[in-house]
Amino acid sequence: MMPRRLEAALDRITRVRGVRGAMLVSLDDGLVVAESLMEGIRGNAVAALAASLATRLGRAAGAAGAGTERFVHLAASRGGLLLMPAVEGLLLVTLTDHRVNVGLARLEMQQAIEELA
Amino acid sequence: MKARVVEPWLLEPVERFVRESGCRLTLIMTPAGQVLAQYGFTRAVEVMSAAALGAGIAASTGEIVRMLAEPAFQALNHQGASHGIFLGHFDSPRGPLLALVVYGADTSVGLVQLFFEDLVTDLAAAAPPAPPRGPVLAADFERDLNQSLATLFR
Repeated sequence: MMPRRLEAALDRITRVRGVRGAMLVSLDDGLVVAESLMEGIRGNAVAALAASLATRLGRAAGAAGAGTERFVHLAASRGGLLLMPAVEGLLLVTLTDHRVNVGLARLEMQQAIEELA
Repeated sequence: MKARVVEPWLLEPVERFVRESGCRLTLIMTPAGQVLAQYGFTRAVEVMSAAALGAGIAASTGEIVRMLAEPAFQALNHQGASHGIFLGHFDSPRGPLLALVVYGADTSVGLVQLFFEDLVTDLAAAAPPAPPRGPVLAADFERDLNQSLATLFR
């Protein structure tokens, strides 16, 4: 069962219009720690691939001298993926459709992470 | 490095798994430890040891699972300092099989698990119908084992 604190943090994000789900993922393992997803989304697949993507982008940012990554927005034809490093080796992943206000979703992600800290 | 397989239908699914998961070593074997495919091993003795140990781990874990009244042993993961070991059990048209996967820091258990699910699906789709089976004799088993190792390291 998901701890109440994690559930509340994810609920904050999934209330944003156009958000299809949010999850906390272990960055090293690519495993789901907590999730709140719409039906039909393969959470374990998204978690593993998003963690891998974040790790590689982090390396790229480091190699480019850009420092550590803070936020990733992957825009695709029918939606997108928002990634933000969270506390203690966790990655906050938000799945969106094309209607989402990315700025608002990002703000809610930041506030969710502050609540978890 | 290419995967080595005992039967051709195994090659494409195993190579796809290795490519996508980013693992370093892979063994596909029966629960008795008979190897059907391998990737990354360079010596037959390493394959034999890994297969025997993997089959032993699966057997002992399966027994613990049975004691806990769980339906079946599915997967086991060991996370080491520089390598992880994933042992997955699955059913195929050729009967129950085990996958022993060693992966490094350049991938994750999440990715290995994800592509393991695809491997199971791919193997189920690729497997030809099982040949009729006769009684298993010790001499046949040893001959099959030697043939498998000869194929994997020819």
